[in-house]
Amino acid sequence: MTTDEIISTDGLGRDFLVGTRLRRQRVTALRDMSLGIARGEAVGLIGPNGAGKSTAIKMLTGVLVPTAGRATVCGLDPVRRRRELARRIGVVFGQRSQLWWDLPLSQSFELHAAIHRVPAAAYRRRLDECVELLDMAGFLATPVRQLSLGQRMRGEVTAALLHEPELLVLDEPTIGLDLASKERLRAFLAEVNARDAVTLLLTTHDLPDVERLCRRVVVIDRGRVLVDDALATLRARFAGHRTLVVELAEPTGPLTGLPGVVRVDVQAQGLRQRLEFGRATSAAELIAAVARRVPLRDVTVDEPSIEDLVRTLYRH
Amino acid sequence: MADRLVTAGVYGRIVGSRLRSQLAYRVSFALDLVAQAIGQGIELFAIAVVFTQISSLGGFTGGEVLLIFGLAACGFGVADLCVGAVERLPEYIRTGEFDVMLLRPLGTLAQLVCADIALKRLGRVLVGLAVYLWSLARLDLPWTPLRVLVAVIAPLIGAAIMGALFVAANAVSFWVVDGREMANVLTYGSSFTTSYPITVYGPQLRRLMCYVVPGAFVAYFPVLALLDRPDPLGLPVGLRYAGPLVALLAVAVAAAIWRLGVRRYQGTGS
Repeated sequence: MTTDEIISTDGLGRDFLVGTRLRRQRVTALRDMSLGIARGEAVGLIGPNGAGKSTAIKMLTGVLVPTAGRATVCGLDPVRRRRELARRIGVVFGQRSQLWWDLPLSQSFELHAAIHRVPAAAYRRRLDECVELLDMAGFLATPVRQLSLGQRMRGEVTAALLHEPELLVLDEPTIGLDLASKERLRAFLAEVNARDAVTLLLTTHDLPDVERLCRRVVVIDRGRVLVDDALATLRARFAGHRTLVVELAEPTGPLTGLPGVVRVDVQAQGLRQRLEFGRATSAAELIAAVARRVPLRDVTVDEPSIEDLVRTLYRH
Repeated sequence: MADRLVTAGVYGRIVGSRLRSQLAYRVSFALDLVAQAIGQGIELFAIAVVFTQISSLGGFTGGEVLLIFGLAACGFGVADLCVGAVERLPEYIRTGEFDVMLLRPLGTLAQLVCADIALKRLGRVLVGLAVYLWSLARLDLPWTPLRVLVAVIAPLIGAAIMGALFVAANAVSFWVVDGREMANVLTYGSSFTTSYPITVYGPQLRRLMCYVVPGAFVAYFPVLALLDRPDPLGLPVGLRYAGPLVALLAVAVAAAIWRLGVRRYQGTGS
């Protein structure tokens, strides 16, 4: 392990025993994961549901013991030095709260700072900064249980950053958030990574999270690392076509010959058409082009999913 | 040392925040407190009824049995107040909250216990303490320094033993999906058995209570020491003063079981 690597794993793997005592099966959730993540990197760990992302995260944070290989995080064995590691990393689990349900958000922060022994001055400075950047002033006095999901997630991320961790691990941080909340959170995380050099490791289901935040992507599927590469390289390999779904006012024949469109799929007797288009074309351009030809009732843009990406990777 | 003090301060703040939120609803808190006190009072009533029919139970007079009952109630009450929250371990495991605890730079048991301190359980302690003090006063014992010492530390020793029992029994939830019922048999069962002289039980149960689950050290042996009376069972006199040692051992065993449980949890990741 070189000293500038904040996370290094060597053949990290995890088996689970499932089933009853009579019919017990060994299932491999993650196998042979060897990664080195340098300080200050922003890495996206992506893959379909059940791919092994959460298992990996749990082993890196000391919650779960590996059954194969080893992991070193901040120079520590995550399970054996759990409490020491907890002081140096921040962890956000999208579906689990680390805040106190019945306390106002501000008191949850105070308690969190006390647990991590954050000096008063540093706490004040860090909190003020997060409150401003994440626009939290309006609900600091609200009990956590009354917060919206978007507000709570902003609180979770703030709590995870109060003790100025070297590494921030986020497990599905944007799950269930509306578009505006997602974007606000992404912008904040990008800044934390760029300005404070906090290493980011996030698992997500949402490709835009990765595109906005990560320069490097690790794709996991069925417990294996499929790709570990720069986002730009991956994007070049992944067709990643978006789809513009247009609802038309009256039945129309296939809308062919539009700029950037590679495939047209006609549905509902021509009342709905799905137009697949490449990354070089903007959605706005395409919508304008369609609107010039036919009257539109509604449009939606479908982003390619992680599942699409994984499927593309298998084809290569 | 300074480090320990800071950590203790952190737990203090967590507990403080819990207590404030419970006291926010004063009426509901008062009702809970009274309900707990009544629960303990009913058991007291049962003893009173028994003694209208008989004059001694297992070789002990009514006043002496009350002393055992009061001391046992103090021990159980304080243990329940301080570590009773460990009962909710299955819930924390099921919801994933236990993972969150593993992500904090604090001990898991301390977090679990602090997260759910229920002040209403003070009701039981108050009834127990009242019965204990009242019985001590009524028995009119000569107050030698040794007797005073035993009287003061006996409730604390009892609480330590019962607390250890709570932790050890509930740690079963690390292995069994919902071990709460099994744990309750041991904890609430012991609360019942420690409230009476062990002479009323058969030899098997007695042996279990003396040497396996050390319930006899919660109230029976300290009361023999306080009364300075012969043991109807003729057990060694040293046992009466062995409480602190037994408590220490019980706490060590419980801590070891808990640690094993956490390791098992990290091993299975249920």
